[in-house]
Amino acid sequence: MHELALMEELRRLAVQEARAQGARRIHGLQLRVGSQAGVDPEALRLAFAVVMGAADPQGHNRPDDAELWGGPITLDLEVVPTVCFCPDCSQEFRPVDVIHACPSCGSLASRLLRGRELELVGLEVS
Amino acid sequence: MCGTCGCGVAALPGGSAEAAAAGGAPAEIPVRPTRQLGLQRRLLERNDLQAAANRSHFEQHGLLALNLLSAPGSGKTALLEQLAARWPRPPVGVIVGDLATDNDARRLQTAGARAVQIRTGDLCHLEAHLVERAFAQLDAAGMELLVIENVGNLVCPTGFDLGEHLRLAVLSVTEGEDKPLKYPALFRSADAVLLNKIDLAEAVAFRRDEALANLAAIAPAARLFEVSARSGAGLAELIDWLEQQQRQRGLLARAHHHGHGHGHGPAHAHG
Repeated sequence: MHELALMEELRRLAVQEARAQGARRIHGLQLRVGSQAGVDPEALRLAFAVVMGAADPQGHNRPDDAELWGGPITLDLEVVPTVCFCPDCSQEFRPVDVIHACPSCGSLASRLLRGRELELVGLEVS
Repeated sequence: MCGTCGCGVAALPGGSAEAAAAGGAPAEIPVRPTRQLGLQRRLLERNDLQAAANRSHFEQHGLLALNLLSAPGSGKTALLEQLAARWPRPPVGVIVGDLATDNDARRLQTAGARAVQIRTGDLCHLEAHLVERAFAQLDAAGMELLVIENVGNLVCPTGFDLGEHLRLAVLSVTEGEDKPLKYPALFRSADAVLLNKIDLAEAVAFRRDEALANLAAIAPAARLFEVSARSGAGLAELIDWLEQQQRQRGLLARAHHHGHGHGHGPAHAHG
């Protein structure tokens, strides 16, 4: 469940960016998740709910960023498909399974161009 | 927000903004006048920065740092005991991560390693800042090899750079030939794969060709070492390769001159 650690980091980054932009509340977060990033989108959503619910509603252990998280918060996940580059054919391809073999020449020497992303790409704030 | 262009003007309930303005109706309080911030922040950026700092710190000490990864029970600690006992210029430093207990650190100390345990609690992987803290507790004087034994887990540790120079994934013959296909990301990230417990291969009817084909398909560039922590098979080759890696990076001279002039005891302050 390393997704929890990632969502804690997401929360920290979102707060940092929102404060830098003078925002008073965060309403939504957009995350880009590569299909090779080693995270499960459902586990990410669950971890996000856990991290966001960490504050006690009675106000005990109120986190110092609580003012930013007043209402419902949406989490949009954009999954980035895997794209490899075959150095032998100088072409990009989308692998069909876990073995990243070039469909033209069968080479396994491909490089991963896209698919490892794990990025906060947008915030909806007011 | 405005449903048309995202301009941040709240759409009014029951009609468009133009209709409301034309009708002269009193403006209602905007429900959600929000704006959109475009960003590009990697979730691992803080870990990666700390990892880069760890790596340069290890290099100042002349240390070659390894991140040892595997499933629980594949024999990481037994391999390390052998490596620590056979390394030509001891002691080997070990940072060992486990959910609970410091049994592994004690085993490794008995084998002659300088070991420090990170009890991760509920954390299923090591992160760079945990390694930084653990390293501060190690006396690095005279040490040239640092092995970070990760938490036994083939998923969670994959994305977390700890500051290592090389990643070694351990796969034991008792785990099944298709494990690289089931956990491709971890094996793909490995610089070397240690196929362990080969002394048991026959007893468990291990299909070596199939396992090697799977490894070659997932991690074609990784070096393969067939080893046994029990018989010691393959360890000499592994040690040769690690020494070659030290030489390529020019680490050996620094390890024994200790260039940046601080002893590495528990009181050492890290900047």
